[in-house]
Amino acid sequence: MNWAGLYTVLSGVNRHSTAIGRIWLSVIFIFRIMVLVVAAESVWGDEKSAFTCNTQQPGCNSVCYDHFFPVSHIRLWALQLILVTTPALLVAMHVAYQQHQEKKLLVLTGHADAKHMEEVKKHKMRISGSLWWTYVCSVVFRLLFEAVFMYIFYMLYPGYQMMRLVKCEAYPCPNIVDCFISRPTEKTIFTVFMLVTSSICIVLNMAELVYLVVRACARRGEHNSNPSSGKSSFYGHKLSSEYKQNEINQLLTEQDGSLKDMLRRNPGLQEKGDRCSAC
Amino acid sequence: MDWGALHTILGGVNKHSTSIGKIWLTVLFIFRIMILVVAAERVWGDEQDDFVCNTLQPGCKNVCYDHFFPISHIRLWALQLIFVSTPALLVAMHVAYRRHEKKRQFRKGDQKCEYKDIEEIRRQRFHIDGSLWWTYTSSIFFRLVFEAVFMYAFYFMYDGFRMPRLMKCSAWPCPNTVDCFVSRPTEKTVFTIFMIAVSSICILLNVAELCYLLAKFFLRRSKKAGNAKHQPNHENKEETKQNEMNELISDSCQNTVIGFTS
Repeated sequence: MNWAGLYTVLSGVNRHSTAIGRIWLSVIFIFRIMVLVVAAESVWGDEKSAFTCNTQQPGCNSVCYDHFFPVSHIRLWALQLILVTTPALLVAMHVAYQQHQEKKLLVLTGHADAKHMEEVKKHKMRISGSLWWTYVCSVVFRLLFEAVFMYIFYMLYPGYQMMRLVKCEAYPCPNIVDCFISRPTEKTIFTVFMLVTSSICIVLNMAELVYLVVRACARRGEHNSNPSSGKSSFYGHKLSSEYKQNEINQLLTEQDGSLKDMLRRNPGLQEKGDRCSAC
Repeated sequence: MDWGALHTILGGVNKHSTSIGKIWLTVLFIFRIMILVVAAERVWGDEQDDFVCNTLQPGCKNVCYDHFFPISHIRLWALQLIFVSTPALLVAMHVAYRRHEKKRQFRKGDQKCEYKDIEEIRRQRFHIDGSLWWTYTSSIFFRLVFEAVFMYAFYFMYDGFRMPRLMKCSAWPCPNTVDCFVSRPTEKTVFTIFMIAVSSICILLNVAELCYLLAKFFLRRSKKAGNAKHQPNHENKEETKQNEMNELISDSCQNTVIGFTS
């Protein structure tokens, strides 16, 4: 399991994201993960071996390095990227659950041929109802993780700048010892770059949150202003999908032939309907 | 996530590029990214370990290396290649949006939609016209800007693209002026010149592609303007033909009916 594996997992989620979500994912993979792997890792590669202190006291080098770099930038970024990308898996799980429900319904209504099963797998889920809440939670968690890591970075490495020289007086160093960091300017450049991309990602997440909330309010407003058309568009959809969900639940718990008959009598429930239409 | 993944992402965009765009992508991946990965990274691999200064003063080597190489060539090239290849994603996003719209039309059963099935929409190659033309042209423009910016950054930082053998350093804590020796300077100079040359070729290809797109745009415009002049006469001719055909059809129908009834 490496970054490529994570990319495979998250590409699947991409299909059910909003446009801003897809841009966010591209920024994460190209400007953060890729830069980390192809460039930043080699800059920090010799951070310990090239950390030199002006002393011959054994152990002083190690102790001073540990004092000034409790967790290396590279590891912090790797953790940040993993934690920031994983809330998208909540959405993936919810989508998988919904697809599973649809497949079960297909099986029970006797439409379980390969073509319909493929259609269930391939069609894009609309971000509404409970999926909307899951999606919003995942965006909130992303924001939270980004903010927490930015704060940790600031606490551990105030000012985000890498100094050329640090003065160390931890035991067993005799008195105050000058220690020199390897490639400080290059490290500062990459730290600032990663900080900027992190801020861009925060802005994208906030924009996505605002977009989702505005869309939900707009839909609600449409329903309130046009109750008659609302029934057929939003609430109609909602009611029919709730009705469908109740039917599915009954079918799954009882799996009674009489219920199957009821389904057959109501052909509208057997059709895919507007749930699977283009979103 | 590495160069291979970037290749996969950009390979998809290739289908909707012009021929010059496809050549540019090939040059980018073979002569720049591949050279970077298989050759240049080895040359610069020991840049700090083998950077030797004529002093025993601890820290002097670190400080002098940092002074002369604020950012390594390899990292600058990696950043340049990432930035230069990403505008193509704008085009990919626009194409995906168009496909999505066509699929929507198809699903609604729009009569104007000329596709037979979803698969055809997925496989179809879009012509670079309308708003896609603007997106494509913007992406080329951004590519050019990024290439130019990075070439300038290189020139500014390394004063002329040549790697000297010896550098004189007097940064603290080095005592007085100290001689520092760079590892593999000639090989580094050769690769730097090679990468600069290929970068210039890419700039030329981008400029050519931009000119090609502009020329195509103006040609199309002049064709449309020319057609618009002839359009009214043409339309009238079409209408009269259609009217004649309709009359003929209705006449023949009547004759047939009369024939049957008699």
